[in-house]
Amino acid sequence: MNTRILTLAALVCVCLQSVLVFQLPIGFYQQRFWLLLLALAVMACVYLMQRLANITSSRSAGAKFSQLLVPALFGFMVLMLWEAIVRGFNVPLVLMPAPSRIMSTLLNNLPTLWADFQQTYLKAVIAGYLMGCGLGFVTAKWVVRSPFLQKGLLPLGNFMASIPIIGIAPIMVMWFGFDWQSKAAVVVIMTFFPMLINTLAGLKSVDPLHADLMHTYAAGKSQIFFKSQLPQAMPFIFNALKLNSTLALIGAIVAEFFGTPIVGMGFRISAEVGRMNMDMVWATIFVAALAGSLSYGALALLERWVTFWHPSIRDKRS
Amino acid sequence: MNALHPDVMNRPTTSGRSMVEVNNLSLIFEANDAPVHALSEINLTIHKGDFVSFIGPSGCGKTTLLRVIADLEQATSGEIKVGGTSPNDARLNRMYGYVFQAPALFPWRTIRSNCALPMEISAQSKTHQHAQIDKYLQMVGLQDFHNKFPWQLSGGMQQRASIARALCLEPELLLMDEPFGALDEITRDHLNIELLKIWEATGKTLVFVTHSIPEAVLLSTHIVVMSPRPGRIVKVIESPLPRHKTLALRDTDAFHALASEIRQALAEDHQLD
Repeated sequence: MNTRILTLAALVCVCLQSVLVFQLPIGFYQQRFWLLLLALAVMACVYLMQRLANITSSRSAGAKFSQLLVPALFGFMVLMLWEAIVRGFNVPLVLMPAPSRIMSTLLNNLPTLWADFQQTYLKAVIAGYLMGCGLGFVTAKWVVRSPFLQKGLLPLGNFMASIPIIGIAPIMVMWFGFDWQSKAAVVVIMTFFPMLINTLAGLKSVDPLHADLMHTYAAGKSQIFFKSQLPQAMPFIFNALKLNSTLALIGAIVAEFFGTPIVGMGFRISAEVGRMNMDMVWATIFVAALAGSLSYGALALLERWVTFWHPSIRDKRS
Repeated sequence: MNALHPDVMNRPTTSGRSMVEVNNLSLIFEANDAPVHALSEINLTIHKGDFVSFIGPSGCGKTTLLRVIADLEQATSGEIKVGGTSPNDARLNRMYGYVFQAPALFPWRTIRSNCALPMEISAQSKTHQHAQIDKYLQMVGLQDFHNKFPWQLSGGMQQRASIARALCLEPELLLMDEPFGALDEITRDHLNIELLKIWEATGKTLVFVTHSIPEAVLLSTHIVVMSPRPGRIVKVIESPLPRHKTLALRDTDAFHALASEIRQALAEDHQLD
């Protein structure tokens, strides 16, 4: 009973806070009374999250529902507190814009942001990602049968993987020009070796019994590859695909800092920082984060479908 | 005289009745410190329709000998014929089926699809595949589980599926490397009887590696006793027991006599060490 009253009180507190934030004049936290409400709201948020976590772990009827509710509510609370602090303390726009401000900037600049997204994501990231992952995969398949080539290639791979993109991006701009091709080249370099190393490890992870089995069946090389090695390597390949989806976005954005036509997410960030339009910078970051997590999520779903048999996934199912 | 010649020439080098013929075969693994004599001067003939067990302590080369027959290892010297041809040709002709210690099923394939794999590789028609799979899954008692994945079944059921998979290709020769070694004794007894039924029903030649004396006695028509360092055959015992066997046979005197003969052969050799 007690916990119910507390939960209700916390909920009221959070709701009150989220309404007041937009009603009070900017800089309201300079009055001590409202500052007290902030402390109370933070405590209420923490308490509510704990309650929700308990519900989730108790596997009650609503567990599945609260699994979605917890991150959603958590996100809402963080945004609300962010909004409250920026408005209440009158934080300068240059330091930190409020979420509402970022949203309105985003909506007012949709055509610009869409063009940037097209340039950076749909052209540079996708092209570079497909080429880098594809090349890494093909090289791994080619190298897996030769320990000699592996000895030569892997140290070179490690060496190249440790080159900072800051260093190669200007060189790629020199080689491939200002447009998206040079960014795609940076993405190829960043994604190639994670894919190579993971695919190689995956192809080598074949159970020796399975290799013997295929030998007794007098299976051909391509049959061995498609029926035994490739499915076995899939969990490794998906690890690389997921890792690379994040790396590719970072690579393309950073590469645009070193020369680009006047479009692209990296260009937008560096240009708007120069003009102190931090809300636009944040809006671009939001788009990048959204694109990144959506592609990661899509890959994770695909992984669940393809490698349903892997212990890490089939345990979660049952 | 003249009438005999073509007959002799048409014959394979081994006699028509023998399935596996091993002459003076040795296999040496080159190790870092000293070469390992895995098999030393093995002579053995396995006739068609026999159930032959290789028994001996670890390191006696019983699995290695089986792998040589299956073309998974190459002999260093000596001669071996499988079904009248080299092990490589026998493998390419899919003359044998091999059942490993572990089920070695592919986790991304259902039981049905696992059984279909060897037939997919040898490009047999879908209808033939389905007929074979239904027949042999029925034989090992897994017809109701054909759409399950291997990880949804127990260890014993998985091993049964792997036996069905080996049978689907209709090999004349079935090579089994301690197939029930990882199972509990109750499941093992059950599968031994199932295997005997399959052997009787199909009339295949079976070569079976084990380190269990009761298992060897219960199953075999011939027991090949082997010994390590170097891996060699100590004795080949022909079983006096009837071909048709039941679990009750284990309580008879004949069974105990044969078991003690094997135990003796194994022990005699140890005194030499």
